[in-house]
This record gives sequence, C-alpha cells and structure tokens, in this order.
Amino acid sequence: MVKLIGRRLIQMVLIILVASLLLFAIFDTPEFKRRLAVQELGGFAVSALSQDAYNEWLARRGLDVPFYQRYFNWIGKIVQGDFGFSYEKNRPVGPLLADRLANTGILALCVFALMIPISLTLGVLSGMREGSGLDRSITFLSVFTTSIPEIATAIILTVVFALGLGLLPAKSAMIAGFDPWQLVLPVLTLVIYDFGYVARMTRASMAEVMTSQYIRTAILKGIPYRRVVMKHALRNALIAPFTVIVLQMNWLLSGVVVVEVFFEYDGFGKLLLEAALFPDVEVVQACTLVAVVVAVTSQIISDVGYTFLNPRIRFS
Amino acid sequence: MAVTSLSPPPVPLLKRLQKPRIAALIFAIAWLPLMAYVMAGDQLGDLEQYVLVPAIPAVILLYLICMAAFRESWIALLGATLVFFWFFIAVAAPYLPLIDPNKPIAPFTTPLTEKSGFFFWLGTDFKGRDMLSRTLWGCQRVLVWGVTATFVAYVVGTAFGLIAGYISGWWDEVISFLANVLLSFPVMVLFIVILNYLGPSGFNIVIAVTFASAPAIMRIVRGLVLDVKTRDYVFAAQTRGESALWIMVVELLPNVRGPIIVDACLRLGYTTVAITTLTFLGLGLQPPDPDWGLMIKESAKTAMLFKFSYMLLIPALSVSSLILGFNLMADGLREMSLRD
Amino acid sequence: MSMASDTSGGTAPAAQAGEGTSQIPVLECRNLSISYFTRAGEIPAVADFNLTLMPGESHGIVGESGCGKSTVALAIMQYMGRNGRIVGGEILFNGRDMRAMSEEELRLLRGSQIAMVYQEPMASLNPAMRVGDQLAEVPIYHEGASKEEALERARAMLESVRLPEPERILRSYPHQISGGQQQRVVIAMALLSSPKLLLLDEPTTALDVTVEAGIVDLIREIAAEFGTSMIYISHNLGLILETCDRITVMYSGEAVEVGTVEDVFEAMRHPYTRGLFASIPLPGADKNARPLIAIPGQLPLPHERPPGCNFGPRCDYFKAGLCDRGEIPMLPISGDDRHFSRCLRIEEIDWHAGLGEGIGKVATEKGDVVLKVDDMTKHYEIEEGALFFSGEAKTVKANEKLSFEAREAETVAIVGESGCGKSTFAKVLMGLEEATAGKVLLGNVELGHMPVDRRGPETISKLQMIFQNPFDTLNPSHTVGGQIARVIRKFGVEKDEAKVQERVLELLDIVKLPRDFALRRPRQLSGGQKQRVGIARAFAGNPAVVIADEPVSALDVSVQAAVTELLMDIQRENRTTLLFISHDLSVVRYLSDRIVVMYLGQIMEQGSTEEIFAPPYHPYTEALLSAVPIADTKVTKRHIVLSGEIPSASDPPAGCPFCTRCPYVIEGTCETEPPPIREFQPGHRIACHLSEETLSAMQPVIQIGDGTEKGDKGDEVSPAAAAESARRSDA
Repeated sequence: MVKLIGRRLIQMVLIILVASLLLFAIFDTPEFKRRLAVQELGGFAVSALSQDAYNEWLARRGLDVPFYQRYFNWIGKIVQGDFGFSYEKNRPVGPLLADRLANTGILALCVFALMIPISLTLGVLSGMREGSGLDRSITFLSVFTTSIPEIATAIILTVVFALGLGLLPAKSAMIAGFDPWQLVLPVLTLVIYDFGYVARMTRASMAEVMTSQYIRTAILKGIPYRRVVMKHALRNALIAPFTVIVLQMNWLLSGVVVVEVFFEYDGFGKLLLEAALFPDVEVVQACTLVAVVVAVTSQIISDVGYTFLNPRIRFS
Repeated sequence: MAVTSLSPPPVPLLKRLQKPRIAALIFAIAWLPLMAYVMAGDQLGDLEQYVLVPAIPAVILLYLICMAAFRESWIALLGATLVFFWFFIAVAAPYLPLIDPNKPIAPFTTPLTEKSGFFFWLGTDFKGRDMLSRTLWGCQRVLVWGVTATFVAYVVGTAFGLIAGYISGWWDEVISFLANVLLSFPVMVLFIVILNYLGPSGFNIVIAVTFASAPAIMRIVRGLVLDVKTRDYVFAAQTRGESALWIMVVELLPNVRGPIIVDACLRLGYTTVAITTLTFLGLGLQPPDPDWGLMIKESAKTAMLFKFSYMLLIPALSVSSLILGFNLMADGLREMSLRD
Repeated sequence: MSMASDTSGGTAPAAQAGEGTSQIPVLECRNLSISYFTRAGEIPAVADFNLTLMPGESHGIVGESGCGKSTVALAIMQYMGRNGRIVGGEILFNGRDMRAMSEEELRLLRGSQIAMVYQEPMASLNPAMRVGDQLAEVPIYHEGASKEEALERARAMLESVRLPEPERILRSYPHQISGGQQQRVVIAMALLSSPKLLLLDEPTTALDVTVEAGIVDLIREIAAEFGTSMIYISHNLGLILETCDRITVMYSGEAVEVGTVEDVFEAMRHPYTRGLFASIPLPGADKNARPLIAIPGQLPLPHERPPGCNFGPRCDYFKAGLCDRGEIPMLPISGDDRHFSRCLRIEEIDWHAGLGEGIGKVATEKGDVVLKVDDMTKHYEIEEGALFFSGEAKTVKANEKLSFEAREAETVAIVGESGCGKSTFAKVLMGLEEATAGKVLLGNVELGHMPVDRRGPETISKLQMIFQNPFDTLNPSHTVGGQIARVIRKFGVEKDEAKVQERVLELLDIVKLPRDFALRRPRQLSGGQKQRVGIARAFAGNPAVVIADEPVSALDVSVQAAVTELLMDIQRENRTTLLFISHDLSVVRYLSDRIVVMYLGQIMEQGSTEEIFAPPYHPYTEALLSAVPIADTKVTKRHIVLSGEIPSASDPPAGCPFCTRCPYVIEGTCETEPPPIREFQPGHRIACHLSEETLSAMQPVIQIGDGTEKGDKGDEVSPAAAAESARRSDA
C-alpha cells in the first residue's frame, strides 16, 4: 500500500517533469522569442533593432544560453513562485493566476456540490432496477444532456432564463463585486453537461453489482432488501464512480474554459484562452502547468482512493 | 477463403450489402468526394460542381443498410437517422435551392419573414446572411473534420495500443508513460496549447485531436488486447511460429473491433464538441465559410436580446442534434453487442 | 467408498415408502414449468417437473448443461431474475405453496428454512465485507441475535465445517482465503440457521479434486448431523452416487428418469440415462476392448425442441408415430420405489441386452522413443515492482527436474491438480518459454532452449497442441476453413492453393464434420464441434507429438465420449504420440498407456496405467484415486480425505512438495529433504521417503466387485451413512 503510493508519487513527479519539458519546448522557438521582444519593447522598436542589439536583448533576458539551461532557469523560477509577467494584463503572473484560480475554485466547488449527489442518486436508482421505466428515463435523460455541448447548454439557459424570463443575469463578469446570482448559469451549465456521465458510470457499476452472485447470496440469505442495497451493493457499486468523479476534475478544467468565456466569468479558463490568443506565453505556460498538476494530483487521489476502497487490492 | 464447390444460399439484397467490405465501399463513395470537396475544394476546379453527385445516392443507400442492420435497437435507429440527416445535407448542400450562405442581404431579419425579395425561414444574422443556408452548409466542415480527426486518432491509438498490449515489456512502459503525460493535460488545455503553437486550421485540428484522443484510445485497445491475448487461439498462433505483426493484425485486431466501434461513435461526439467549441473560442476553423461554432462566436456579442436569440439557438441545436445522433448510435450499438 | 451402496440398497425404498404416507414432504414440486422471456419470445427452460423430497432425504439432480437443473434450484428459491417466471405448477415447502407467499414471507424463509450453496464460492461472497460480518447477518436478521452473539455463532459454525483458525477467517476478506475455504464459509453461512432444506448447486465444480473430496465429505456429515434435506445439483453422476438417496436425471428441460440411486444406476429405464452411463469412462472400460459409446447428435436448443420426446432424435429406440407425438408423461416402473421414466417404450426395450458393446479395436504397437524429457527444470523470477522499486526477487519453481519419455503411438497422461505445473511444461515444450535447466529432446532435436521463433517449420509442425476451452481455441473472427488452411500453408504441407483447400476438406472429413463447416465462423459451432476443429487444426501439419490439454473437460458428458473416441482414432491412424494433460483419473485410466502424476511442479509417480492404479502408490496418487468420484455402484473405494489445500507454487515446502498434506508424513524428514526416486518396476518410479516395505504394503484404493457385497466395509462406513441408518431405525 505505502509502496504503491510511493510509486505513484514518483510517477506523478516524472509526468509533471516531462509535461513541463514539452510545454517549455514548444514555446521555445525563435518566433515566440521575437514576439516576447515585441511585447516588451514594442513592435516598432524591435523592427528597428539591429541583429546585435537583438542578441544583446536575448542575453539580457537570459535567452541565449543552451536549451536545458533555459529550461532549468524557468523551472527554478516557477518552483520559487515566480511565474513570469503578463504583458496583456500588465502584472506578474503569480498573483493573477492565484486570483483566477480562486474564482474557478468557487465555480468548481459549486459544480461538485450539486453534481455528486444528483448523479449518484440517479445512477443508483437507475442501476438498482435495470430495465425499469425509471432506469430508461434516467438513461435517456443522461444521454440527452451529455449530448448537448456546454456551449449549447449555456446558450439555451441564457436564452430561457436571462433573455426570455429575465430571472438571472446573462453575464457573470462580477463587475460590481461578487454576486452569487451570476454564478447560477455557469454552474448549471457545467452540472447539466457533466452529471450524465457520472450517473451513467454509477448506473453501470450498480447494475453490475446488482446482478452479481454475492447480491444473490445476500438476498437468498434472507436479509431485508434495504440492507442488501445499502450494505452489500452500494459499498461495491460506488468504488468505480468515486474514481470517475475525481477524474472529472480533468473534464471540468476543459468545460470551464468555454463556460467562463461565454459568461465572461473571470476565471482560470478565460485567462488561459485570452493569454493564448494574445499570445501571452508565460501566462499560457503557467496556466497549463497548473492544470497539469491539478489533473495529475486528481489522478493520484483517484488511484489511491480506489486501492483504499477496494479490499481486494488493499490486502494483497 | 473460397471453397468453389459450395454455393451460398440466396440472401436478401440489403443483407448482402451489410457485408463489411461492400458497406465500406459504399461509405468510400459517399465520403471521399465530401472530403475532397471540403478539404481541397479550391483545387477541384470545374469538378467541384459535380464531385458530390455520386455521394448522394451512396448516402441514401448507406442509410438503408444501417436501418437494416440496426433494426433491433430503436435507439440506434434514431441515432443513425440524426447522423445521416446531417450527412445527407452535407453532400446535398450544393444542389439544394439555398441562398448563398456568405451573401449579406438583410441584417437582423427574424425568422419566417420576407425581405429584399427573399423569404427567410430561419431569419438572417447580424450581417444579413441567411441562417437556414448557413446552418445547412455549416455541417460540412464539422462533419468532415470531426470524422477525419477521429479516424486518424483511432489509427494511431489502435496501433500503439496493440503494441503496448501485445509486445508489452519496455514498449508498454514507454508508450503508457507517454500516454499518461498527454492524458495529464486537460483536453481543452491541450487543444489550446497545440493550436496556439501550430496555428488554427482544419489539419491542425486533426493533429490536436490525435494528441488528445489517441492516448485514451490506446489505453482502451491495450486493455482489450491484454484480455484477448490470453486466449488459446493466440497461444496457438504463437506456437505455430507466427510473427508478432501477424498476430496483432490478424488474430487480435478483428477481436477488439466491436468495443472500439462503440467507443468511436462516442468519440465522434466528443470531437464534434471539441471542433465547435474551438471554433467558438477562435482557435479552430476560420471565417468566412459557415460553421456552427463560428456562427455562435459571431452572434455571441450581437444577439444578446431575446428577439435575436435564434441566431445562437439554431447552431446550438444543430450541433446538439448531430452529437446526440452519435451518442444514441453508440448506445444502441453497445446494447446490441451486449445482447449477443 | 460409496455411501449409497452400503446404506440404502434394499432397505431405503421401503423405509421411504413408509414415511411417504405419514410425513409431509419438505419440498414438493408439482408439474413445475419455468420460462424465460426474452426479446425472441418465451423460451421454456423447464417443463412438467415433479419432485418430492422427504425430511432427511437427499435428492440429486443430474444433467448436462442447459438441461434446466440450476433453473429448478433458483425457482425453489423464488429467485428467477427479471425475465424468468414460473408459468405453471406449484412449489410446496412444508405443504405451503411458495408462489402464494409475499416477498416478506419469502425473505423470512430464505436463509433460515431454505439455504443455498453455490457453484463459485469466490463470486458468491461479498468482496468488500469481512467473512465474519457476512456470516453474522444470518443470526442477526433471522433470530434477532446481537452482533457479539452472532459472531460467536459464526465462529462455532466455522469450527464445525472444520476450518482451521476460525478467528482469523472471521476477520478475513473472501479473497484472502483459498477456494476450498471459501466454499466451507458458504456452507457455514447456509447452515447457521439450521435450515430444513439445503440446495447445493454444483458446489465442488470450481474446486480441485482432492479439495472436492473434503467438501463432499463435509456435506455428507451435515446431512447426518443436522438431518437436513438436500437437493444436490451436479453434472457428475459419481458425486450424486456418493451423496444422494434419490436422483432425477434431466434432459433438455425435462426430468426423464426419477428413482432411488440404486434403481437408476443399476436398472435404468430411460435410453438417455443409459446413453449417459455408456459415455462415461467407468473402471473396466478400455479404449481398445470396450470403447465408449457416444450419444449421437446434439442437445436441442430450448426453442428448437422436437415434438414428443425431446430425446427422440438422438435415441436408438425412436419410433416414428409414437415418440414424436404430443406430451410424453412420466410413467411408473412397476416393482420399484417411486421410479419413473419419461419413455413410452419402457416395456418394449430389452434393458438387459447390455449397452451394445462398442466395436473393439486392435491395440497399437508402441514404437521408438519420440519425446524424451530429461531433468527439465523451469523457474520463474518474479520481481516485485516493475519500474521504480526493484524489490526482492522471488523464484517460482514451476517445473522441477521432470524426466520421462514417450514412444511413438503411445498415450502418456500427465495428471495433476491446479498449480502442478502442467501448463508451464506445455509452454516449454511448445517453445514459448525456455527451460531453466535440463533437456527436452524431440527425436534428436533439443527443444528446451530453442524458443519457437528459432524453430524451423519442420520442428514446429511436428509438435502441436489441442486446447482445453472450446470457446477460446478458435479465433471468432475467421472462418473455420481459413484457420485450418493457415496451418497447412504455414507448415508447407501443401503449397498449391487448390490443394490446400482440398486438404482442409479432407481434415474436416477426418474429424467427422460436414464440409460446409469450412465457410462457417466459430460462433455457429457447438462446443464439441469447435473441439473437433481444434483437433483438425492440430493434425493439419502431420505432427509426431500432440499435446492435448484437457481437451474434453469443458464439454458435456455425452459429447466428451465422441471427441475422446475421435482423438483416439486419429492417433491410431497416424501413430501419433499423445501427451494427454488431465485432472480426471477416470478418463486417464481409460485412454492412456502411461501416467505421470505431478504435484506442485514435480513428478510424484510415473508408470504404466496398471501400475499407477495398483499398489504400491505414492501417498498423493493414493489420495487422488480415492478422491475421484466413480459412478458405479459396484465400485468400492478406500476413503482417504486430504486436509488442507495445495500450497502456492511461489512458496513450496523445502522437502517433499506433498509433505504439508501427506497422511504418512515422516516428521523431520519429509519437510526438509527432497524425496528419493525409487524404481519398483522398469518404468514405475515413485518419489517418496517411505520405505519400500511401507509402499508395497499399501492396499488397493479402488475395488471393482459385485454391488451386493457389502460385508467387508468394516470401519469405512461413513458417519453420514451411520447416522442415516440410526435415524431410520428411530422412525
């Protein structure tokens, strides 16, 4: 068990290292260096620079040393908390990212708080009686909602609740300070898109457990059906959804980009996209690296959680 | 293999067309012209007008074949109907009586009104371009790039999955590790980074989708192969002295096909979402040709009134219906495969 | 030994007939019909099933797969799944119709009055719950016991099913204990509330034969100790003989014959029952003098059953116009105790004509040595933690110094239970693993250190294999003909395409399959047919040696005989050397010339078939012989039950591998020193520490005598049987 966690941690560090290397390498081209120069000195000044003066600028920025050195310098700075500078927003990346991550964190927290109970309940109800009317309706509903991409859900919700009924704000820019009402549409969009997948996984897992031989044993042992479900089935059926929910972090980080851009919510995803379009290389790198760390961490939690929940692995 | 002394009993036509090879041929007749039309329309010259003609009957025939093959599952039937509706529109768009989708006529015309001598069923957008025409033309690019990207991702993912699963050892360690690295990027983040690096275009979307999807496909195939390779027929092939390549292609690949096809349908849905979303974010296909993501992007700022919300709703519902089609098809296929 | 042969005989029927009038049966099924409802419509699983079970009686239900025997058990439990339903008849438990009971009434009955033991113990226990908690539920929910009280009861019950260290097992999760222990836990769970009726659905099928013997022993004792009525479902007639008073033979959803075990085994009155007995290798059957007689044809699919008698199309006595009309009722056999048969021609068939002797065959002359295995050893290194943590390496001794030889046209059987190393041995032989030490000589080619990719097509084609699982042996994606043709081309038997096709059709002829099977895909074939294709494929390259890895163990009894006979015929024809890997000593006795007995990677004993079945024995051989159930009332066996389980191959005992379970173990010697190999006859070798005198003084395990001789049983009367007769005398 400890050995397994140790192995996973080492793997995690390796993955983050390789991912960061890739990330650094693809933005380490002459073209991107030149763009950086344009951002720092202004386009006009750069075109007027002689080759020597440009080289001198490169040297001053530490961009003339060999690749591996540049990589270690970059990684070294990041480890010390220096994520670089955003030319678009004109402030250091570190605090900027922290602000935006906090906003996205609020969003994600609300999404999980809603999605987990909804999807687990629906999945369990559906899988308990496979093939029943309830099961069919829940399955169809979840196929239906996962088929509507976030962007379409966002549009439909906006049109109905904001433009049509006028109940909720259409945008979530929070210009006049934090307003919980502005969170409603983004959160709903993400929940509607995501819950179906988790519900279906829960259903599949529950259905498999309910047809397993040990459930038959439990029923034929004559214990009440409630206890069969609560004590025998749920424990085994929720192992798989648990890992799916944790891995859902990864999906959520994808969905967050669209939703934040559409609703103009100042979060991590919007920051990443704006930086990519500008392009604000150091912001893109920092955002991506954070996303990778979050994703890998959630993977580890899911793996370790799975082993912990599953006695077949825990004690062997 | 052919044994000449035997004559197969007569089979109904649709049943005979369901044979993989014939169905694949019909698909090629429908698909290749559409691919040429969308990817290299400019280079086709005069041919551009005629190239899609043979594809129209092929699509209809293909639909009938699917109807016959899926008749056991109404879910799959519904899914196939949605998908083939858009497939048909994609090949038939040039021959339908539509207004030029890129021609500005009368801005902000609401649906079902007549203006400037045209009747606009679905109204016009902020530039005055016909929504109906743009919506129908818009499916071409999503469909072609989505399917191509998924296909390429599958070829790459399956190849690596077979190698990692069958040969295992160090190959497996290395391939699985690289897959884990790629999977550690959230999909949309990976898309943004890759397209930011390569620049937005259809071909780059194919590359981005391959990087994002191939690792997951590889994992699925690897898992299936690990199961199938313990079967006695693989053992028999090994003891017969067959090469690893032969075993992977002839013994393993046909037996992991079923689950892969179901997954491919689902993934076609994801890819369609991704392409539309990327275009909406400004990283995907470029204007002016119509495209659902683009239509949403362009209208997102201007259509924020209930009166004009059709500009957003129409492309949103269109893309949803196509994805729903793929997902229902996947669901139906899975249900059918579980029954056997 | 057989309990039935020494208890019931003449007395039981009379006793039961007497009881039948005064007592209410524990369970009665009347004209029970069960159907499954699927997309394709109603599929009748069981029709017109009748059963009367008196208190204390044990009733066997025997039949091949798909005959509906498990469906009957689940119907008795009223647990039919979503699409199963009882469509006719009634099930009376203690005189009450279970179909009229509410869900709550059923719940109170299940687990307290009626309990069940299942085929796969591992799957039947909740993997995420401790054994103790699972056991404790029974007293808690049926008797309102407190948790402590319930756990204490569970511990006591684990003791009475003779599990060592009950405290530890209570705290374990199911996967932490062995298969045999799991099954004992399931039995303990079933017994915790002293049920009136115990249903056993193939309770030992998933277990090794020596472990099975222990469980069967336990079941017999339970019947005696608790006076429980039992329904024992099995495909194995020998097990039914050892455990039951009465038997129902099922075929294709119907009971075809019901009666006391003696009546059915000795005076069967249905052609199917008769065919079944003729197709199992009983002691006395011989591949040359008295070959097995297979039942022709195949089991009909549930929705393709013929009109009239379901067995009609396969029956020698089929009479058109009589057997294919209407429903055939169960007819009583006059003179016997409640003995019924579903056959209209009982009176016309000459049941004493014998089963029609099979056509005797001439024994083949053995040739020169073809395969020589010399001190072959295969060890695996298992390293814990592949990539980052290289833990301590462990050595698994899969094969340890194997030496034996096989001659041309000879059948050598390799016998052993799981973990004995027979599949590793096959892998080394086939070139998928390299031997760690020693030699394997095929002719004069050394194979032990030559992996398959370095062997020429000539060598590869000389050595072929037939696999165990018919569902795995053929690639489902390719046609049957294509798969055989590939072998022919690969080994260069024929080059010309037309000739390859010609050869494919010839091979199909040889394995007695229609030629149009060449175009079929494996899923269109039955298990037996797939196995025939597997045989055709193995013989396509004209091999000198064929390894057959349990080729018939996954097939139904009536199909087994046909496939076994086919294999023997082809072997005779081609003078092939056959290495027959099996755990089933009955089959092995029937078809092999020499036997190699393996245990945990080592050869314990080898010799000719006669030498193995007669003393001196290796203690393991002795136990194995005693453990195999034999479906013959005339056979008496010495009763030897091994304790414990087979140790893991990664952690074998230092000395003799069998020392942990050996009843003759010599303390201080067997655990530490590897046993010496002694030769008793030329070729008959035993690896054991026991002195020559001790080994030579052993008594035969299996004795074939007249069924009526019961005097010489002595202390071998089982406790179950003793209790049974005691109970009867009370009544």
